[in-house]
Amino acid sequence: MSAGDRALLLGAVAYDPKVVTIWDGFRAWFAEQDLPFDFVLYSNYERQVDDLIAGRIDVAWNSPLAWVRARRAAVAAGCRVSAPIMRDTDRDLTSIVIARAGSGIETTNDLRGKVVATGAVDSPQATLLPLDRLRGDGLEPDTDFMVRRFDVGVGLHGDHVGGERDAARALVAGEVDAACILAANHLVFAREGTLSADAIRVVAETEPFDHCNMTVNDDVADRADMARFCELLLGMDYGDDRVRPLLDLEGLTRWLPGRLDLYQPLERAVDRARFYDDDGRITARDYRP
Amino acid sequence: MDASPPATIDLDDLGFEGGAHLLIDRALHPLAPGDRVRVVGSHRDLALHLRSWARSQGHAVDGDILTKGTTGAQRWRSAVRAGTVDRPADRADPTWGLAARGALVEGGGPALTSADLVERDVVWADIAAKLYAQALAGQWDPNTAIDWRSDDDLPPEVEDAVVQVMTYLIENEQAALVVPARHLARIHPQFREVVAFLATQIADEARHVEVFTRRALLHRTTLGTSSVGGRASLQTLVDEPDFTLASFLLSVLGEGTFLDLLSFLERHAPDPVTRRVAQLTRQDEARHVAFAQAHLEHRVATDPMVRGALSTAIQRRHDALRQSTGLNADVHDALVLLAAGAFTPAAVRVGWDRVHELEAAMREGRRRRLARLGFLPDEAERLASLHTRNFM
Repeated sequence: MSAGDRALLLGAVAYDPKVVTIWDGFRAWFAEQDLPFDFVLYSNYERQVDDLIAGRIDVAWNSPLAWVRARRAAVAAGCRVSAPIMRDTDRDLTSIVIARAGSGIETTNDLRGKVVATGAVDSPQATLLPLDRLRGDGLEPDTDFMVRRFDVGVGLHGDHVGGERDAARALVAGEVDAACILAANHLVFAREGTLSADAIRVVAETEPFDHCNMTVNDDVADRADMARFCELLLGMDYGDDRVRPLLDLEGLTRWLPGRLDLYQPLERAVDRARFYDDDGRITARDYRP
Repeated sequence: MDASPPATIDLDDLGFEGGAHLLIDRALHPLAPGDRVRVVGSHRDLALHLRSWARSQGHAVDGDILTKGTTGAQRWRSAVRAGTVDRPADRADPTWGLAARGALVEGGGPALTSADLVERDVVWADIAAKLYAQALAGQWDPNTAIDWRSDDDLPPEVEDAVVQVMTYLIENEQAALVVPARHLARIHPQFREVVAFLATQIADEARHVEVFTRRALLHRTTLGTSSVGGRASLQTLVDEPDFTLASFLLSVLGEGTFLDLLSFLERHAPDPVTRRVAQLTRQDEARHVAFAQAHLEHRVATDPMVRGALSTAIQRRHDALRQSTGLNADVHDALVLLAAGAFTPAAVRVGWDRVHELEAAMREGRRRRLARLGFLPDEAERLASLHTRNFM
């Protein structure tokens, strides 16, 4: 069967059981719209990116870090990838570095010689980006301060919030001096009781970055079914009872056209942390997805 | 475009982790998508949390200006009311699910497919709410409603007879518990009066099982016998898949017959505990019969063809039990002995006659209830006589 004859095939990473519900639901909805569509689930983003570049899947629902790797690997393979779609909630995120109130840590410079907790090694929002923010202030991780990583769900690029939550807990428990989390999770953790906003101070915030996107190989980007896929996603209506529960589960209110500018902070963080090389090869020493 | 400055919401020092969104939602409620408000306050993390919260709600934020999004309106665009508060719908929509009757139901939820009884007439009785209230008012505590202290020293054979009858009653009441329980979850919550009544019926039966067991074990450590014929008869009730037919067979005919049996026990009980147990359980059973009779009358009134199904159900059950012995012989003899009161030829003859009078009264009660459902006299008489010999 040639690629053109088969259903449009999407890859997604199974970071949570709800991923099955989401894509099963979208698959049925696409079928109702006469778009042959199927999906495969991956246990980690690295294999998903490998399969995307190898043409085994047509589109990958990628983390921002997976986008960075796919972009580099595509160039190395003599092709290109594009990112035509993202969620409204993927735009303009920030991460923060937090410390306990009254701990004497008011600025990033106060973190010298301290212990900073992060999420999993491959979390853009709870590790790579906030550590790079500190690097930008002249603080080199594991040199000017100690990094204590909470490697939960390695390979899921931080989608499994467990490591990030453990970092916040360690801060509250006094086991570390600071913690790196997604800014949006500051409110989530405060509301669920993981941390008390009154007892926590924000020491630093990253510049805005974008999160997930649909990454597409150039050789399928011009296919009619891919155009239809994008058209259907952009046309999804939050008022539609059939798709709203799925949008709620996936954490968006509408799909938007993709944009690439705000992946630059992560590209820089990946380079400075030597996480991937220019060709998208994994170069992080202690990353075992 | 409206150039007037946006209204300002002052959150003071209230944070989003403490409910700040309530004030913002209240201010946004009368506004249209695209309208703006200014959000100010002194909470340290206000700006951080405002952005996070607004993103999750589909609103846009620029500095302290929040622009209302369309998400809220879209979510409720297709919402419908789950019937009206006062009156159950003629037909419940499975997608209303477990929502309260009259609630505004967001579209897109899972259908409550387990509740397949969605037609009002298939489950309804106007008297359900009244009987439910009576059931609540009539609940009794076995520990206080019955004086379990018993210094009666019954002759061993009489005590044995009591234990045998109690053993039989327990078995029958377990059927009377399981049958409505099996159907309860199938009834759409829209018909909550019926569901509530059946819940009381189930609780009643659990209490009956308890008190019959306690009376049986008052002076004994073992129970009496359970016959194949008796259990086969009850099994046909448990296996009946249709709610109306199950109500008819169990409650109109079976529990209706039991009203006479419990009266008989109350009259001929050899001790006060047995008498009290029979009296209290009979009061409950009368409610169960009243509901089922009212439901059947409603069904027949709205669909006269149902009468044919009732007739067929009696005949089918009779045919299914044709090869079984029906009432446990030990139970029959125990009833004779209780009515006799003594082991003398004259007393046994009296007891025997009284049990036959009981059976005649039971048959007459069934005939009367069938007549109320519109069966002609001959047909009511014939169907009444086809009822299981096991009474229930």
